[in-house]
Amino acid sequence: MSRTHVNCSVNGDAVDFLASDDTSLLDALRDELGLTGAKEGCGTGDCGACSILVDGQLNCACLMFAPEAEGTDILTVEGIANGDQLHPLQQAFLEGAALQCGVCTPGFLVAAKVLLDNNPAPTETEIRYALAGNLCRCTGYDKIIRSVQEAAVQIGAST
Amino acid sequence: MKYAAPTTVDEAIGLLAGDADAQVFAGATDLIPQIRSGRPKPFTLVDLKKIDRLVGASESGGTWTVGAATPTSTLTGNASFAGAFPGLSEASGLIGSDQIQNRSSWGGNLCNASPAADSVPALFACGARAVVAGSGGERTVPVDEIVTGPGQTSLANGEFIVEFEVDTPPANTADAYLRLIPRTEMDIAVVGAAVRVTMDGDTCTDASVVIGAVAPTVLRVPDAEAALVGSTLDDATLEAVAAAASAACNPIDDKRGTIEYRTQVAGVLAKRSAKIAAERANS
Repeated sequence: MSRTHVNCSVNGDAVDFLASDDTSLLDALRDELGLTGAKEGCGTGDCGACSILVDGQLNCACLMFAPEAEGTDILTVEGIANGDQLHPLQQAFLEGAALQCGVCTPGFLVAAKVLLDNNPAPTETEIRYALAGNLCRCTGYDKIIRSVQEAAVQIGAST
Repeated sequence: MKYAAPTTVDEAIGLLAGDADAQVFAGATDLIPQIRSGRPKPFTLVDLKKIDRLVGASESGGTWTVGAATPTSTLTGNASFAGAFPGLSEASGLIGSDQIQNRSSWGGNLCNASPAADSVPALFACGARAVVAGSGGERTVPVDEIVTGPGQTSLANGEFIVEFEVDTPPANTADAYLRLIPRTEMDIAVVGAAVRVTMDGDTCTDASVVIGAVAPTVLRVPDAEAALVGSTLDDATLEAVAAAASAACNPIDDKRGTIEYRTQVAGVLAKRSAKIAAERANS
């Protein structure tokens, strides 16, 4: 089994790790770097619980081989707050009770952040399409959608 | 498994020539789930995304060249590409979620050789060609000749697709793609239909009709094309298009759709795609 030394940036920090070539980036993030925010729901790219940004692009970490991360700039849910200050999406999810078990939440937050970064005032339909790659089996989607709408309002009011 | 990321086509050819158990990949959105579900692991994973020619889309001299590993989100986000090929763009954009869109590619969608691949009927309808590289050099073949059956392609061991060529459509020509799935997003086509037409006023002068997910491979429907050419897409013509598309079907029966259902829907989608393509061609 080959192992590759991978250098990349995760949440603004330069990191390096050793990973077996058939390890998923998700497993490397969780097991080598201790970043357990991204979750494995399905492992096949259907549920979005492992959503992260790679060079600014939304990706399922379970569908990447760890060596593919060489030289990339990765953002996980652990990196979206500003120090102790939660991201408006995190705050809105808390206040809107947009989670129960929480397994899907990191993926929803990262996917919703991409949406709001690109489209600060999305319609409900746009939110539903943008989050179609993220599955939630507890709350249903209504509170999640409403919380994203609330976060959009909060971000709009603060800028 | 061993990961390799060649940076030139020649380097990739060399890696594949010396290793019968190597597997090329682009986004890996089909490969990883297949390995997880028990497909034998390749010895070498050859990541094609670091080769410049494999990623990117540009137009020159009336032909678009699209790298085989180009993420489909790059194509749907390219206004001039999407304007020239609205149907091919919408078909490409239907592959999976936004997460998948940033990884899925024409090369992968075609070579995974699923009968239900969304981009493939639209690639057929637009007359796309694949540039295939291997130890014998490069050859250019119509996309129609790549897939031979579910999971099977005509590519020889060590060959891979470098890029696709799609000619800019002539005047008054447009394409459309429709697919049926039981929900709005994130599912595999029960039926897909791509149509491209060239119009001279109200009269259709050229047509491509291609259906997916209703036979072991994507199918061109010559009888439907013949019905469209010379017509004004009147009701009788559209019924003939639907009948020809349905008659061409040889689908499986599964939880997504029965044989009867897929056969009927193929006709309906072919007819509707033809109408949309004609409206676009005249607008």
